[in-house]
Amino acid sequence: MKGSRGWRWAVVAVAMAGLAAGVGCKKSQVDPFPATGAVTGWQKTDATRVYAAKDLWQYIDGDAEQYIKAGVVSTSTSEYKYDDKVEAVVDVHTMNGPEGARKILETGLTKDAKKVPLGDECVQYAQSVAFRKGPYLVRIVAYESTPETPQALMALARAVEAKL
Amino acid sequence: MKSRREFLKGAATGAVLLSSQSKLGLANVLDPREGKGKSRVVIARDPAVNGANGRPDEKRVLALLDRAMAAYTGQKNPVVAWKRIVAEGGGEGKVIGLKTNGLGGRGISTHAELVMAIAERLQQAGVKPGNILVWDRNARDLRACGLEINTDSAGVRCYGSDVAGFESERENWGTAHPQLSKILTRECAMVINLPILKDHSMAGVTFAMKNMYGVLQRPNELHGAGCNPGVADLNCCPTIRSKFRLTIGDALSSVYDGGPGFRPERLWYPNALLVSEDWVALDQTAWEMIEHKRAEVGMLTLEAAGRPPRYIATAADASHRLGTNDPKRIHKVEV
Repeated sequence: MKGSRGWRWAVVAVAMAGLAAGVGCKKSQVDPFPATGAVTGWQKTDATRVYAAKDLWQYIDGDAEQYIKAGVVSTSTSEYKYDDKVEAVVDVHTMNGPEGARKILETGLTKDAKKVPLGDECVQYAQSVAFRKGPYLVRIVAYESTPETPQALMALARAVEAKL
Repeated sequence: MKSRREFLKGAATGAVLLSSQSKLGLANVLDPREGKGKSRVVIARDPAVNGANGRPDEKRVLALLDRAMAAYTGQKNPVVAWKRIVAEGGGEGKVIGLKTNGLGGRGISTHAELVMAIAERLQQAGVKPGNILVWDRNARDLRACGLEINTDSAGVRCYGSDVAGFESERENWGTAHPQLSKILTRECAMVINLPILKDHSMAGVTFAMKNMYGVLQRPNELHGAGCNPGVADLNCCPTIRSKFRLTIGDALSSVYDGGPGFRPERLWYPNALLVSEDWVALDQTAWEMIEHKRAEVGMLTLEAAGRPPRYIATAADASHRLGTNDPKRIHKVEV
């Protein structure tokens, strides 16, 4: 009887641990996407879509494997519009650690990348910004190039970084 | 159960038969003194085809298409050329598919201007609007091209495999066991392939043959080993081989690195359309274009970057016979 009682306590303990882990997970989940108006001029134009690693091919087929190799856990994406002039997409890749985020960011670097102080590392181009912070890798790409695009992208990038 | 040797022998025989079926023979009308016995690839360019906003000019795209098709078919009258394409492709009175590529998202997808130019010429050649079906994987990909979804047969139809669904039974060829889109298997009598030229992080280059990954349910199953032999095997599947009759490749804009997604920092404007019935020759030419651009900006070759498009040579080998990758057997016509 004593053995059976011990077994029951073990089950309860495991369940509590699972619950605690679940709550922990919930607490650690972040919504990195600024709402409409949170950043001057930027409007969030669609619902956030989330892809688990196994489904990432549905979003970035062909690119997914390099993220999976680097330890992607999930990818969230949403579209934005700036002053009805610039449309952009924000991708937030949650990796299983900072190393994966660093690896992906370094893979995409070119000589013309401008280093910008944001997060752990940030690079900017005329129509895109990419940065990493802890396990997160963020890429923001604009579809139009206007004189305001670089500044507007950085404002949005800072807002995303602040939410991570 | 067939041995590997028997399978390859049978597949190779089938490949020869299918190869002859899939050719429209349009290039035969060209000057016989040039490129005899070679696969023709037309590269039509217009340096002013893209406007200051980076979007192609509709009229210039139509004119470029006409120039490309005239060079390929030898028919100066575009309507006559398109009538011949439809007739020889088995598309008369039937549904003709236009398979786009919107995977890379807005900014690096088949341009709507090209799709609409082809749809316009097809209608002038007597094809009913409802018998033209523009399709891709899903609505998101089609919208990325700048197209609107339309399932009403009163006009040109445009929808994805997410609407039509996929076959439950698989086709089989080598390593490829795809469940194909019902748009391909049940709706289209012939399909014109409209890929967009891009660098590809695994395959090296994506253009004519790689665009077939958008006709099956789970393309990620064929991504191993740089998509080799996945691309070649998939293109040997009988339904794909018999229905895809002509490729009009979009190289109005392209990414020479960082693909297949949109990387504005690697965007470039070849300002070109490429036409051929030989997918292998077309992909070989596309590879050369990407390498030329990479050399121009001081980047590593795809071989040095660890991702040469090996599937192109595989597609040309004795077991696949999809076309030629031998530059000596490719007759490029630049117009």
